[in-house]
Amino acid sequence: MLSYIIRRVLYVIPVLFGVTLITFVLFNLVGGNPVYQKLGKHGSEAEVRILSHEMGLDLPLAQQYLFFLKQCVTFDFGRSWSTNQQIGEMISNGIGPSLSLTVPAFVTSVLLSIVVSLALMFFRNTAIDRGIVVICLAGISISMLVYIIFFQYFLSYKAGIFPISGYDSGLVSRWRYLLLPGIIWIIVSLGADVLLYRTVMLDEVFQDYVRTARAKGLSEKFVLFKHVLKNAMIPIITNVVLEIPFLYTGSLLLENFFGIPGLGGMTVQALNNSDFPVIKAMTYIGSILYVGFNLISDICYAWVDPRVKLE
Amino acid sequence: MANAQQVVNISTVSQVPSAGLWMDAFRRLRKDRLAILCLAIISTYSLVALLAWLGVIASDYAAIGPDSYAAPSAKHFLGTDIFGRDVLLRTIQGTRIAISIGLVTSIIAIPIGVVLGAVAGYFGSFVDEVVVWFYTTVDSIPDLLKIIALSFVLGRGLFSVYISIGFTTWVGLCRLIRGEFLKHKERDYVHAASALGASHTRRMFVHILPNVFHIVLINFSLRFIIGIKTEVVLSYLGLGVEPGQPSWGVMIDDAKLELARGVWWQLVAATVAMFFLVLSFNIFTDALREALDPKLRNTK
Repeated sequence: MLSYIIRRVLYVIPVLFGVTLITFVLFNLVGGNPVYQKLGKHGSEAEVRILSHEMGLDLPLAQQYLFFLKQCVTFDFGRSWSTNQQIGEMISNGIGPSLSLTVPAFVTSVLLSIVVSLALMFFRNTAIDRGIVVICLAGISISMLVYIIFFQYFLSYKAGIFPISGYDSGLVSRWRYLLLPGIIWIIVSLGADVLLYRTVMLDEVFQDYVRTARAKGLSEKFVLFKHVLKNAMIPIITNVVLEIPFLYTGSLLLENFFGIPGLGGMTVQALNNSDFPVIKAMTYIGSILYVGFNLISDICYAWVDPRVKLE
Repeated sequence: MANAQQVVNISTVSQVPSAGLWMDAFRRLRKDRLAILCLAIISTYSLVALLAWLGVIASDYAAIGPDSYAAPSAKHFLGTDIFGRDVLLRTIQGTRIAISIGLVTSIIAIPIGVVLGAVAGYFGSFVDEVVVWFYTTVDSIPDLLKIIALSFVLGRGLFSVYISIGFTTWVGLCRLIRGEFLKHKERDYVHAASALGASHTRRMFVHILPNVFHIVLINFSLRFIIGIKTEVVLSYLGLGVEPGQPSWGVMIDDAKLELARGVWWQLVAATVAMFFLVLSFNIFTDALREALDPKLRNTK
């Protein structure tokens, strides 16, 4: 077990190294000279030279990469091109609103989908099961953007139940603004989650241990809650842990549409302003979180399921 | 004597033609009436897309008319947009773009996933470690950020939509193919092929690949869902197709300002068109998986 954990932790190093390499290649080679992005197409030759020097772009590529590597290690990504703010500061300002939106919505949707998919186990192979599956499939066939436009128009604009957009940093007053985006988040993720958890539970329902449990006379309720749910929780928790890193980016569409000043909204703004350093930092930090939670998920898995170590 | 008995058995067995994986899967799929309906819907969309691409139908989708935001009528079945362009024609052209995104991103991503996965699983050791490192790294950058970053540096346009989705979404397929090749390379039929002098390439792509091709097929169907839904997000972020091109993403994005003016037809047209295509792909992919994946079959 310990050797597995050590091996797994050490593997993070080459992966993160690869991430910095891909990000660097993407932004510094594929993207063309960022000086033109910043100056526009009409910068004079002298301006280009001065700015290139300021940004360290006249250095050899290897040296530029080392500089980026240093930024990644120290988490100091410099300043935004459009607002000239420290990127670290921008991120720490944005993380609060993002998490306020995503964490409650995420927790609610996970719990709700576990409940629904467990309920579906009672109704497997009936019309209710098939009906819910079709509803879920229909739900995930509609773009999130349509949900946003539709709900904002009918619930905010027409019915006036929710504010159309905006945000308030007060700990209590912010919820008024976060409620509708949160509900949309839940609706969008519910369909996919129920379908996934239902498949996971169906895998367990036909296992031998379930048949044994039934054979010794346990009630269906007992079998499902005590046996199936417990075993199905392993893949479900793994999946949930892997979704956590995405909470930090908040939701690009929701935050931008409802004017929530989180990291998702910040990323959309950076895209509109061609703000390379901000997008680079967001990409890198998103990857670090993903790698970290992937590690946690793998270790949890090995911890609860001893068969993993044999591989 | 036991030997002779065995020989007889084998020869009788071989006389009964066994339905192969594909025939068997086809039979199962044909029994699933909903899946066949979905396949018919997908085929219809594809035909519409093909005809639009050839310029047979909806060729004057860009024609600017005098009536801005005309409501649906006999002349404009689904109304017009801000420039008086016919929404029905634009929806049809949107079908062409949606189908093309699925196809072109498949042409990019499937060969990458299959070749890398095959090579890694088949050769193992050092090659495997490099490929696994590479796809773990690519997988570590969250999907949407990866696609956004790539289409951002490539600039706006349909071409960069193809490239950014195609070059970022091969990891899942690669991982599955690698796993299958790991299992298959030790099977008897591969050893037999190698005894007959088949080269590595031949063993990989002529002998093993047909046996794992169902994974590619399922992935191909899945890609349309990802591609079409991603295009909408990219269009909203201003990274989608060129402005003026009638993709469903652009139409939905336009609609965000139109609804308050009572103009609902563009939103409804694009959403409904997209809904039936994506739903059909969702149901069909599930049916395909059930028909082709023997592991799933036994549990039902």
